[in-house]
This record gives sequence, C-alpha cells and structure tokens, in this order.
Amino acid sequence: MAAVGALDLVRYFGRWGRRPAQHVLGNAGRFTYLLIDMLRGLAEWRVYIPRTLEQATHIGYGSLFIVLLVAGFAGAVTSLQTGYQFTGTLPLYYAGAVISESMILELGPVLTALILAGRIGARYAAELGTMRVTEQIDALESLGRSPITHLLLPRVIAGILVIPALTMFANATGIVVGYLTAKGSLGLTYADFEYGARYFFRPLDLWYSLIKSYCFAGAVTLIPCYIGYNAQQGAEGVGRATTTAVVSASVSILLLDAVITKLLLGVK
Amino acid sequence: MIQLLNISKRFLDNVVLDGVSLDVQDGETVALLGPSGVGKSVTLKTINGLLKPDSGDVIVDGLHVPKLKRAELQQLRSRIGYVFQYGALFDSDTVAENIRLGITDDQQHRDEAYCRERVKECLRLVNLAPDVADKYPAELSGGMKKRVGIARAIAGKPKYLLYDEPTSGLDPVNADVIDGLVERLRDELGVTSVVVSHDVRGSFRVADRVALLWQAKIRAVGTAEQILASRDSAVQQFLERDLEMSLIQAEGSQGKHGA
Repeated sequence: MAAVGALDLVRYFGRWGRRPAQHVLGNAGRFTYLLIDMLRGLAEWRVYIPRTLEQATHIGYGSLFIVLLVAGFAGAVTSLQTGYQFTGTLPLYYAGAVISESMILELGPVLTALILAGRIGARYAAELGTMRVTEQIDALESLGRSPITHLLLPRVIAGILVIPALTMFANATGIVVGYLTAKGSLGLTYADFEYGARYFFRPLDLWYSLIKSYCFAGAVTLIPCYIGYNAQQGAEGVGRATTTAVVSASVSILLLDAVITKLLLGVK
Repeated sequence: MIQLLNISKRFLDNVVLDGVSLDVQDGETVALLGPSGVGKSVTLKTINGLLKPDSGDVIVDGLHVPKLKRAELQQLRSRIGYVFQYGALFDSDTVAENIRLGITDDQQHRDEAYCRERVKECLRLVNLAPDVADKYPAELSGGMKKRVGIARAIAGKPKYLLYDEPTSGLDPVNADVIDGLVERLRDELGVTSVVVSHDVRGSFRVADRVALLWQAKIRAVGTAEQILASRDSAVQQFLERDLEMSLIQAEGSQGKHGA
C-alpha cells in the first residue's frame, strides 16, 4: 500500500512539474513562430501601412493626456522630494540634475510603459481575444488573408512608433513641471536648474531613455498581441487574456528595465 | 469536387471525428446534419484548412488541403466562401468594408469602383437594401448579420461555399428566408456547397444530398427521400427529435397567436 501511495505521489508531483514546463515551452515556441511570421509579413506593406497609421493615431492621441498627466505629477513629486531631502545639505542646482536625470533615465520611460501596458496592452489583448472567440480571426483566414499582416503587424508597428515618442513627451513634461514646482517651493532659478541639469547630463542618457522605450514598446505590444491572439473559451477567456496580458507586459517591463540598466549603464 | 477521406480529429481525449468520408460533386449541395457538438463545424473547418485532421485526407479542387503550404492554402481559400455561424463580421468595419474584404483578388480589391459595384451586387443577391452598406454590424439584426456574412462569402465569386449553421438562432420566418437564399445562390451562382445544420426540414429543402454525422462517424448519406426511408436507428432517432421540436415550435407559435 505504502509503495502504491509513494508511486502516486511521484506521479502527481511529476505531472505537477511537467505541466508548467510544457506550458512555458509551448508558449515560447508559439511566440517564436509568431515573431517569425511577423518578420515574413513585413513584405506585405500595402496591407499593414494604412492600418498602422490608423492604429498609431488611435493610441497616440488617446494616450497622450494620461501619459503627460502622470509624467507631470512624477516631475512635481520628484521635485518636492528632492527639496525635502537635499535642502540645506547640497547646493540648490542639484535639484535640476536630480529632476531631469530621474525623468530621463527612469521615471519617463518606465511610468509611460507601465501606463501604456494597461491602456494599450489591455486594449490589444481584449480586441484580438474578442476577434478570436467570435471567429473574426478565422473569418479573415478563410478569406485567404493573413491575420498577422491585417491585425498584428499594424498594432505592433504603431506601438513601436508611438511609445518612444510619448516617452520623450513624458520626459519633457516631467522636467518642465518639476522645474516649475522647484521654482515655486524651493525658489530655484532657471539658471540654477539649467546649470544642474547640464552639469550631470550626458548624451548617452537620452539614447538610453530612447532605447529603453523601444524595448518597452516591444513588450507592451508583442506580449498582449500574442496573448489576445491565442485567447480561448468565450468571455471568460477574453477576460483572462486581458489580465494576463497586462500583468505579463508590466512584469516584462520591470525585468527589461533591470537588464537594460545593467547592460547600458555598466552598473557594477 | 470536395473529398473527405477517412478523416479523424480529436481534442485532448475527446474524439470528434473518427474516420469520416464524404464526397461532394461539383455543383452539388450537401447538408451535413447532426446534433450539437458532434463535429459538424470541425468537419467544415478541415475543408478550408482552418483545422488539420489528425489523420486522413481532404481533397478540394484536386489539392490535398492538409499538405498545402501557407501561400497555396491562401490561394485555395480565395476560391472557398465560408459563412460563419454567428456571422463573424468585423465589428470595427462597416458592412461595405466587410463585404469588400471578401473580394479576394488583389487587383479587384484595390479597384474602388469595382468594389463599390460588387458590394451593391452582393447586397442585392442577399436581399439587403444598398443603404445597409454604411451601417456597422452592431446596428444589424441577427438575420441581417447572417445575410451580410453570406454576402461577404460570395463577394470573391467562390467556386465552393461552406455554410456553418446558417439558420441557427433565427426565428422560423428568418430561417426560411436564409434557406431560400441558399437555394437561390446555388441556382444563380452554380456553386458547390456544404451546409452544416441541425435543422432537418431546412436541410432537406436546400440540399441535393444529406449526410448524418452521429457519434463522430457518418451514419447515413442520401437524398431526402432515402434518409426519410432509412431504417437506421440513429437516423430515426434524429428525425423524431426534429419532429418533436417542430411540434413544440408550432404549438408555441399557435399559443402566441391565440394570446
């Protein structure tokens, strides 16, 4: 009896360990195939370019307000905290450096990507998931048309074009609002702010911010598109796909943030 | 010609099709009957390659569908119109844009004037007014959505038409309208059609031959008369159930009129 019980336990844990491994490997394989299909689909530019422009307009204009709002508050709060921590211990122009560097290096790209993971990622996953469960994707295939070029490529390319641009707007807004807040609360002059900002600024910082935003754009678009495209089982499946997409994209952004910082800034 | 040769398909432990074979001659309409969940739609999806059978072969126009490469499959699909059970219309596109997507020839698809005319023509073929073209799917009734789905399927002038439950979810009057439409398209366009349905009377009306799919296998194939005369227990059981359903529907409608 004991031997049978032990065997059952081994089987149970064996299966328990195997299923997640199969799940992860299966998804990795399907994701890779999807990326290959997208690269192949790039040749059909006549199909996806008009749809890309439409998507870019939708997500660009639609996201601008919330991105700038969050960036503005981030700049203001950074400015107030800088005042709280450094006033009296460091020269005032340091505030210019802290605000601009924090926005460009971290807050601008990461906050923008996280907001867009919720806004664009959820939208992509829900749209594609609904199209999957209502057979719209099958309908497209049955008409001899590729869902990759009609649905996925326009969304991914639009995100990759728009998200870095939104990040740069967010950086600028955060810095301007941060300066105005510092001016009001700390009495920081424009000359001091500019001196501090320029003193610590390196051209690599902007490139770093841009590279990060491109990588985040990949996570915000590719992951939700993949998850929505493979959604199953009705409304519940679409709901699950949307939640999974937002969580996966957000976690990927944080992981990419750590990896890119390590690789590009050479932090030892 | 469409040939299903001994196809089998399973999803996890559920055997959906087990050695199904069926021939559909050019110009013929075959109705695939059977209870819900028996694998009728799966059979239909193997014909245009949306699903691959686990074993067996599907031959359409002399091409072995499961072995086709992506480009070849896209080419073949442009000759097959597919009418989905719930229409599967693209929500964000107007009716005209939906139908235009059905024009599978790239040159014709880019020709604005041709597309406008073709959309009008397809709407006329499915008895819809031209002003429906500018509406969105959300503004249409269930019957209209089905008809737009049919218009999209015929827009590319296909050689084959596959209907997945064209009358399901419709009231008897609208179901009759759709059945009439299937008949008319068969006569006017001369297409080879497979109609998946669980509606016996509608299937007998539109089809030259009827096949009954029962417990993952084709149980009977023949003309309406042959099916009605069949002594097979599954066929009789299925026909009796349909008769009971018809009586219930008739009583229901009498009750409504009486009230």
